[in-house]
Formats: sequence, structure tokens, C-alpha cells
Amino acid sequence: MPTMEFQGKQYEVDEDGYLVNLDDWNKELAGHIAKLEGVDMSDAHWEVVNFLRDYYQKYQIAPMIKILVKEIGKAMGPEKGNTKYLYELYPGGPAKQACKIAGLPKPTGCV
Amino acid sequence: MAKVPKPEELSKIDYKPSKKRWMDTPVEFKEGMFCHGTRAKYLETVGFPNPREWSSKDEDWKLPENWKEIVLEAIKERLGKYRSFRLFMDICVRCGACADKCQFFLGTGDPRNMPVLRAELMRSVYRRYFTAPGKIMGRLAGGRELTYDVLKEWWYYFYQCSECRRCSVFCPYGIDQAEITMIGREILNLLGLNTDWIAGPVANCYAKGNHLGLEPHTIKSNIEFMLDDIETITGIRIEPTFNRKGAEILFVTPSGDLFGDPGTYTCMGYLMLFHELGLDYTWSTYASEGGNFGFFTSMEMAKRLNAKIYAEAKRLGVKWILGGECGHMWRVINQYMDTWNGPADFLEVPVSPITGSRFDNARATRMVHVAEFTADLIKQGKLKLDPTRNDHLKVTFHDSCNTARGMGIFEEPRYIIKNVCNHFYEMPEDTIREKTFCCGSGAGLNAGENMELRMRGGFPRANAVNYVHQRYGVNMLANICAIDRAALPTLMDYWVPGVKVTGVHELVANALVMKGEKERTQDLRLEPLPGKEGAENV
Repeated sequence: MPTMEFQGKQYEVDEDGYLVNLDDWNKELAGHIAKLEGVDMSDAHWEVVNFLRDYYQKYQIAPMIKILVKEIGKAMGPEKGNTKYLYELYPGGPAKQACKIAGLPKPTGCV
Repeated sequence: MAKVPKPEELSKIDYKPSKKRWMDTPVEFKEGMFCHGTRAKYLETVGFPNPREWSSKDEDWKLPENWKEIVLEAIKERLGKYRSFRLFMDICVRCGACADKCQFFLGTGDPRNMPVLRAELMRSVYRRYFTAPGKIMGRLAGGRELTYDVLKEWWYYFYQCSECRRCSVFCPYGIDQAEITMIGREILNLLGLNTDWIAGPVANCYAKGNHLGLEPHTIKSNIEFMLDDIETITGIRIEPTFNRKGAEILFVTPSGDLFGDPGTYTCMGYLMLFHELGLDYTWSTYASEGGNFGFFTSMEMAKRLNAKIYAEAKRLGVKWILGGECGHMWRVINQYMDTWNGPADFLEVPVSPITGSRFDNARATRMVHVAEFTADLIKQGKLKLDPTRNDHLKVTFHDSCNTARGMGIFEEPRYIIKNVCNHFYEMPEDTIREKTFCCGSGAGLNAGENMELRMRGGFPRANAVNYVHQRYGVNMLANICAIDRAALPTLMDYWVPGVKVTGVHELVANALVMKGEKERTQDLRLEPLPGKEGAENV
């Protein structure tokens, strides 16, 4: 299994670089993954990440995109409650990229 | 993840084969054309052989020492078990009629993606070990040693086939290449050689009831979210039931409809239609998957996953089962479920409680496709429809391989679409109905890491969509398959930007005039209806 090194510690990741263990995650590590992804983390970025992690704790899966959209609209204002805004934050996709930074497994998508 | 080349580059396809004979042409694993190997935990969940961490990019795939013995024994067993398999190994005359019918050959130009040669990958081994001429003369009789490289070649190419069965329509002998791919994959699975993208959903489905791993409270919460949107759009609050004993009908749909757009709009469509009919039905959080990734793994796995549909129908005491818009789900239901997990003699032959129509075509499985159910409603005049609400759409219909070639559903979805939309255009005749092209992502190929393969395999389908897009301005690609809804949006964005993707029941619900609804200004995607662009959202 591939690993990722950060501050002298090895973390297990899958072949696409997603953390394998949910509990390995912390804010610093998230910042590091964000850097690798080329994402500059702002408060708005953290808002998404924190929501994803909370949601995952409760439901054991990342939320539907429209749930995320609505939630961000509630937290950041209705003008930001849309997919376009989420893609501005996470150009690699709110599902794929934001989940990676939040330390969630790679979204299975729809099968 | 491998970067996908631009469409201009990808569409330059080299059809010139290697000068060497195919057996002497080595296989090159090309990034973007194959999936990750499965992780150990997924195999452990379902008790499959050889769970270990490995990468399909590594030299060493960590196989059991006696892998060759296992493979040959497995071929022997299947030759005895399936007459079709022996027949398909023996009767091909290599006429080549299938060669240019496969979207993966058309999109890659790789001769090993000609159905005839894909089958030959296994046939050559069959000849060498199971026929007298092959045993004696080896390569002179078309035989080939089973080596590690041959095994890797199988893995690479049996996961570049979407089991769509288009080639079998053109084969003068009716050889069904999907069966060869299925047996190839089944044998690979005896060595722990699945893909992560298939094994993950299989394990999820086995442990939690559906491919996505949605737990009961997640299913409920997702549906409630949709109900909120439906209330915003129609002013009507719908209250569906879950796991309700004594309901007349159990409804089963692919879990993709409960999670990802545009499948969720299709799901809203079901909810609205069933509410309007006052249908006595229930959702199940146990039989919460119509699709069956086990079918892309092995017959045994498919049977194990499928079993829960009848088990739940029995537990809840329903009369019959209604199934959602899905492709391979229906191939399994229509052609396997009855013999695997039937007879469903505890159910009744389905009768529509609204029209009284008896679905004799489903008398064996006792399970009806929602497109048949809805077409009947329309035919009997039971729905009030306003197709002008879909006037901003110019729609074409993509026949899903499995509902088309696996059960012959051609007319029902078209009949529905023509009743709920005013603008419908067919793609060219060689690309629809039983000759339909695959989306390029079926049979578990819809992962992220093999995106180039998907865009190549979907090229012929996209090309046909592009034709009606250019000619008639088609901007909506309708289908009745959850994998289509997941895969086609990416394919359209890549090859035919401007065309969106929808399930048929999303179109139905947009047109459906519901009792007590407020004046609608938005469609199911919360976008303004035609002529209501200025209207305020509620």
C-alpha cells in the first residue's frame, strides 16, 4: 500500500492519494494535502472540509453534492450555495478534491 | 491519475495493426486504460480468494503459486458446466463480422479489442490445453501457452469489454462475447484479480445492501432531501414509506438514483409519480440496490447479491416488485433471477392497480420495469401531462445495452418520452435499439483512473449524439440506466458539450400535472421552466 510522508511520519494512502485511515487526519495534514493539490485553504475551504467530516461521521459516506451545496449556502450566504462556487473553491471537484483534503475515502460515485 | 488527452488528439485513432502476429505483439499497459487492482478488504468481506494488497501497475501481482493449475481447472469446470462456453470456444470461424462493431475497438484501434480477438485470448489457451490438435501441435493449431503475461493480458482486456453484447447481434453464429468476458473475469477472480471499482461496490452491497454503502438513515435522509426540493417545486409534501410490511408493491432501484445527479432527479420523478397515483408501495433499506456489480465478478457473487430482492419481497409480504431505471439490473432480473433465486411463487403475477393491466411478460420474475408500468399508465390515459414544460428540451434516447439487448425494451421509453416531450429526435438507426452503442462505462468500467478508456469506448455513442446535436439541436440525452446517468454526463462534456443527461422519469415528473400542485415555475433541477424565467423562486 502506498504511503505519504508528512513531518517525518508515514501515512497510508490509496492509489489516488486518499488517506486510508480516517483517524490519521488532522488540520496540518489536511493543509499539506491541500498544498499537494494546489489548493490555498481559506475559511470557505475549511467550511466545506469541516462539513464533509461531520457529515461523514454521521452517515459513513460523503454527502450528495446538492446537500453540500445547500449547507454551504446556509453557512456562507445564498449567493454561494451553488455548484459553481464549490468548483471555484475546489477546481478538482467538490467531491473528489474536497474529500481528499478532508481525509475521506475516494467517493465511489454512482454505480 | 493519468491525464486524459484532448478530444482532438483522442479522435485520431490508428487502426493499422502491428506488422507482427498478434501473439508476438506484447501488451503494453497504458495509463488511463485500466483500473486499480482491488484492495484486500473488499475480497475479505465476501470471502473471495487471495486477498492482499497489490497494484495492477506492479510486476508482481502476488498470485498463489499454483495459479496456472487454478486457471486450467476453472476452464475445465466451466467447459463442463456451460455448453455455451464450449460452443463459443469451438465454433468461431473468424469471419470478422464482429471486428468493427465493438465501441472499444472503434475507439482504440487496438486489435485485441476486436471481439473476435478478445475471445481468441482465451480460445488460444483453450486450444492448447483442451483440444487434441492444440495439445499436439501447439501454436500451429492456434494454441498458446498460459503464461503470467497471458494472464495479465486477460486482465487488461477483459476489463476493456463492457459486456454490452453489441458484437453478438452481428455474429452469424450468435457468439456472445459477453459470456466469454464474464467467464474470463470469473476465472481472474479465483486469483483475487478484480478491480477496486467493482470489488468495492460488491463488498458494500454485500455488507450494507447497496453499492454505495448507504446506510438506512442515509437513504432516508437523502430521500427526505429530495422531498424538500419536490415541495419547493410543487408545493406538495410527499410521505413515502420504508420497509413497510403489507404494502402491495416493493420498489427497488439502483442506489445511484439515491445519491448522484442526475440520477436523483430520476428518483424525484418516481416519488412524484407514485404519490400522484396513490400507489401502495414501499422502499426498502435492505434491498436497496437494483444493480448488481456481482454480475461483473462471478455468477456466484451476482446470485448472492441478487438474493435479497426476493428475500425482502417475502419478508414484507408484497404482491409484486416494481423496478427502477437501470441497465444491467434488468439483464440479471430478466435472464437470471428466476432460476437463481426463484421461483417467486410467493408473489403474484403483477397487475397494475391503476389500470388493471396484467404484466404477463413478468409472470416468471414477478418484477416489472418502471418504463413498462408508466407506458401503460399513459396508454390508458391515467396521467395528466403537460409536455410544454419540457419544451426547452430537444431530446434523444440512448438505449441501454442491457435493457435493449437483454430484454427488448425499445418502445416503452420512446412512447413515454413522446408523450411528455414535444421535441424528440432519434439517433441514426445503426446506433440505437438492438444495435445501440454502449456508453463505454458499463460492466464496472465507470471508474476515474481509466478515463481515457471510457472516453474512447464512448466515442461512437457520443458521435451519434453529436449528429443529432448538430442537426436538430438536441440538448438532452435520455436513458433508462443508472450507469448511463453516472457516465454519460462526463462523456458528453468531453465529446459533445452542451448536451445534458436525464432519466426518463425526470421528464415524466416535469410534465406530470399533480393534484393540488401550485403553479410550477421550476423544473426538477430547480431551473426555470420555459416561459417562467422571470418568476420568483419560492
